[in-house]
Amino acid sequence: MQGVNQMNQQLLDFARAGGLNDEEIAKILGFIGRDPTIAEMAAFSAMWNEHVSYKSSRKYLKTFPTRGPRVLVGPGENAGVVDVGDGWAISFKMESHNHPSYIEPFQGAATGVGGILRDIFTMGARPIANMDSLRFGSLSHPRTRYLVDGVVAGISYYGNCMGVPTVGGELTFDPTYDGNCLVNVFTLGVVRADGVFYGKAAGVGNPVIYMGAATGRDGIHGASMASAAFDENAAEKRPTVQVGDAFTEKVVLECTLELMKSGLVLGIQDMGAAGLTCSTFEMADRAKMGMKVDLSKVPQRAANMTPQEILLSESQERMLLVCERGNEEGVLEICRKWDIPGAVIGEVTDTRRMEMWFGGEKVVDLPINLLTDEAPLYDRPWAQPPDLRERCLVPTFKIGDDLKAEFLDLIDDPAFRSKAPVFKKYDHMVQVRTVVRPGDGDAAVMRLLEAPSNRGVAMTSDGNSPACWLNPYNGAFNIVAEACLNLACVGSRAIALTDCLNFGNPERPEVMWEFKETVAGLSEACIAFDTPVTGGNVSLYNETAGESIQPTPVVGVVGLVEDVAHTAGSFFMNQGEAIVLLGDEHFQFDASLYLRRKVGKPAGRVIKADAKRHLALCELIVSGIEQGIVTTAHDIGEGGLLWAVAESVAGHGIGATLDNIGHEAVDLFGEAPSMAFVTVKEVDIPCLTLAAEKAGVSAIRIGTTGGPALSVKGLFDIPVADVIAATTKSL
Amino acid sequence: MRFAIPVFPGSNCDKDCLHVLKDVLGQDAFFVFHKEKMLPATDAVVLPGGFSYGDYLRSGAIARFSPIMDDVIRFAEKGGIVIGICNGFQIMLEAGLLPGAMRPNTCGHFICHDVFLRVENGDTMFTCNAGKGAILQMPVAHADGNYYAPPEMLKEIEDNGQVLFRYCDIDGNVTDAVNPNGTANNIAGIMNRQGNCFGMMPHPERASECILGGDQGRVLFESLIKSFGGRTPVCGCRG
Repeated sequence: MQGVNQMNQQLLDFARAGGLNDEEIAKILGFIGRDPTIAEMAAFSAMWNEHVSYKSSRKYLKTFPTRGPRVLVGPGENAGVVDVGDGWAISFKMESHNHPSYIEPFQGAATGVGGILRDIFTMGARPIANMDSLRFGSLSHPRTRYLVDGVVAGISYYGNCMGVPTVGGELTFDPTYDGNCLVNVFTLGVVRADGVFYGKAAGVGNPVIYMGAATGRDGIHGASMASAAFDENAAEKRPTVQVGDAFTEKVVLECTLELMKSGLVLGIQDMGAAGLTCSTFEMADRAKMGMKVDLSKVPQRAANMTPQEILLSESQERMLLVCERGNEEGVLEICRKWDIPGAVIGEVTDTRRMEMWFGGEKVVDLPINLLTDEAPLYDRPWAQPPDLRERCLVPTFKIGDDLKAEFLDLIDDPAFRSKAPVFKKYDHMVQVRTVVRPGDGDAAVMRLLEAPSNRGVAMTSDGNSPACWLNPYNGAFNIVAEACLNLACVGSRAIALTDCLNFGNPERPEVMWEFKETVAGLSEACIAFDTPVTGGNVSLYNETAGESIQPTPVVGVVGLVEDVAHTAGSFFMNQGEAIVLLGDEHFQFDASLYLRRKVGKPAGRVIKADAKRHLALCELIVSGIEQGIVTTAHDIGEGGLLWAVAESVAGHGIGATLDNIGHEAVDLFGEAPSMAFVTVKEVDIPCLTLAAEKAGVSAIRIGTTGGPALSVKGLFDIPVADVIAATTKSL
Repeated sequence: MRFAIPVFPGSNCDKDCLHVLKDVLGQDAFFVFHKEKMLPATDAVVLPGGFSYGDYLRSGAIARFSPIMDDVIRFAEKGGIVIGICNGFQIMLEAGLLPGAMRPNTCGHFICHDVFLRVENGDTMFTCNAGKGAILQMPVAHADGNYYAPPEMLKEIEDNGQVLFRYCDIDGNVTDAVNPNGTANNIAGIMNRQGNCFGMMPHPERASECILGGDQGRVLFESLIKSFGGRTPVCGCRG
């Protein structure tokens, strides 16, 4: 490779260890016309890795719909911001911390939470809720228990200490994650619509200030680690995982919000992946400015750190900010108040170059755009997986004659078990905002104490890797549909979306094809459901020993609740209420959990939700809740109708009799998008029926709540206690 | 009634207490930064929940040395009302404002869920509106709520009627099964002998509005405000 062969071996080894390939190294040499310094090479390796540059995915991410009347800040900043009225806005984003969590579950998950929280308060928002979408290998895999316990403890530690309630999420088990667990964290914060901060280093001569925990040697090359596949020596990468200190972050949060309130801050960015490198380069780049930085002035907690170590460290709980010249003392005064280290480390220039010194020696002198705009952009080859058709074929399977036994077997799946033991380890009530608690409804509802109205926000996160493996386009479309329906079932309308795209190795054409299809499916859904994408994250190289995970897009969708006094949960609340099935899709076994358990793998076609009918269904449910007639609402998702009813029964132990449903297995266990049921009082049935007719949504009374059993009239009864026992079986 | 709410680094229920006292109960409540040496004029101090100083060393052990605590202790010694909720309770134990100590939950992890409390002494300014035997529902959220006192001290606390709340079931039965953290005698909250200092692990401020799933925690604040001769607005959700 041109020039690479002549390069100093030590530098070459350093570059390769940082994840750069020879082609990229040659590109760097071509750009700058000389051998880079080690510190410069460090900066390139940090900025050009997949996790920071999105070099394999950028081409596709550009196609997401990102605009809408409510969108104040779209992708590109630390997090998106969406207007919720009354002068208030919400900032939210989802991030992955998959690789670190697999290597070191407690710290990996904890710092994942810490990182996404910083992204939110960097925007000027106070974080008010966390959610976590967790995917682990099968329960029988020897590492699963260790990972689950560590990840849950890490989230619990960080979120609880920060005083940000963890209000829900997902917890699923599937052998596809045996070698790569997925830890996706979703945080939402509240900010004044006119009080949003940006990661820009504006104003020549303005001081650049470092604020937060001192820099150590932890997490060096963390972003590169997160951009590589694992082999059998994954455990050796443990030192690349950052170590979190939630207490420091809580103080940094308060200090940051006070600094913002003081009016002294012009621009701010947290130090996350690629640490100081990323924050300095990105802040200067967004403002089209340059920057001079003296790395010796960076507060350090380890002795004798080299400039490249300072540049690559991913020590947690650190921020970079720019203020007006002359205001630095005011900024440092507030840092001292909170006992947080603060130091002026540089200034903004108009050169559009990054110049860095260490001990008087210039160690970096590079045009900034080389590391940002000129970062590699790959149009990686893609190809439909050769076995795709085969995946969708439904092998022959036998439906047992005893449907009761079939059902009991189905709900023995870990997916049916209550996640309450996990939610109870998270503080989900701090900040006195949680109106619908985790597990009580299809989404969580938080009130907005700041706003003068009674408005609230609902949040949910959804993914479905089996469906996405069968058909990534339709699978991705349907997870947005499901999220919108979940939001509707608590009484909210979806307004915006963030995503976490978890995939295998993008250098494999089939993985790239799955990615491309997923983005296309998500894009169509976001247009159809009017939920612009305001930011998110891509996690590639989720591969161990050559085995990539199934495509796993996860969406975090937020909805608006007009009045938090009108919400609904998914558990039956009262005896003697009518259970009304809404929607008229056909339940089928294709892509269902029932079929998956029968044949041992996902199988069948994935039917895409009909957006128009789906939206009509959502709107019908929301208006029913707003009018106060709908007392329970629950979508029919994985597991089918009877599964969903059983979940509603188990919550408060109120039974149900279903006397108007089909008696075939497919009626009970089949699945379809755009189906839900609600409960209403007898007197309200006409009102609901009329509204359903107007909306063009089929509404059929299928049964009544109450009684000592979940009873399918003419088929079988299951005592309520047995249903509860199935949910409370330990994970 | 005026309430001072000290804010320690790591406090995270400070805003919740302020919200309930001010916005829900219509009282005068304000924050005091932990570095202040003097409390402003106030009728009561509420030490809020959270993870002061990250709960490093031991819950409440470092906050107890914050500058403001000297004046909080002086205030209490002069008969001033001091309430500690969760981490605030832990700080009060560390500061010697209340007898005994707190150990980690026997289950070994953080717990967050609703519990039932039985009022053991209705003749205090914190419980007079509830009355002895009342059963109140509110959440706990802690990792270190396992109260301990040596046997003689525990007996003294019990004999003096200093135990205000015990964990119980929905019918008021105090059993091991409903002891969430291993605490001695199911104790959830105690006061000092003089009756002006009071600490509890559950969070009444999280159960002061129906919209959050229950408002049975309000009665504590209402009792205190009434005892002090103040008034509180009628709860909107009770009609």
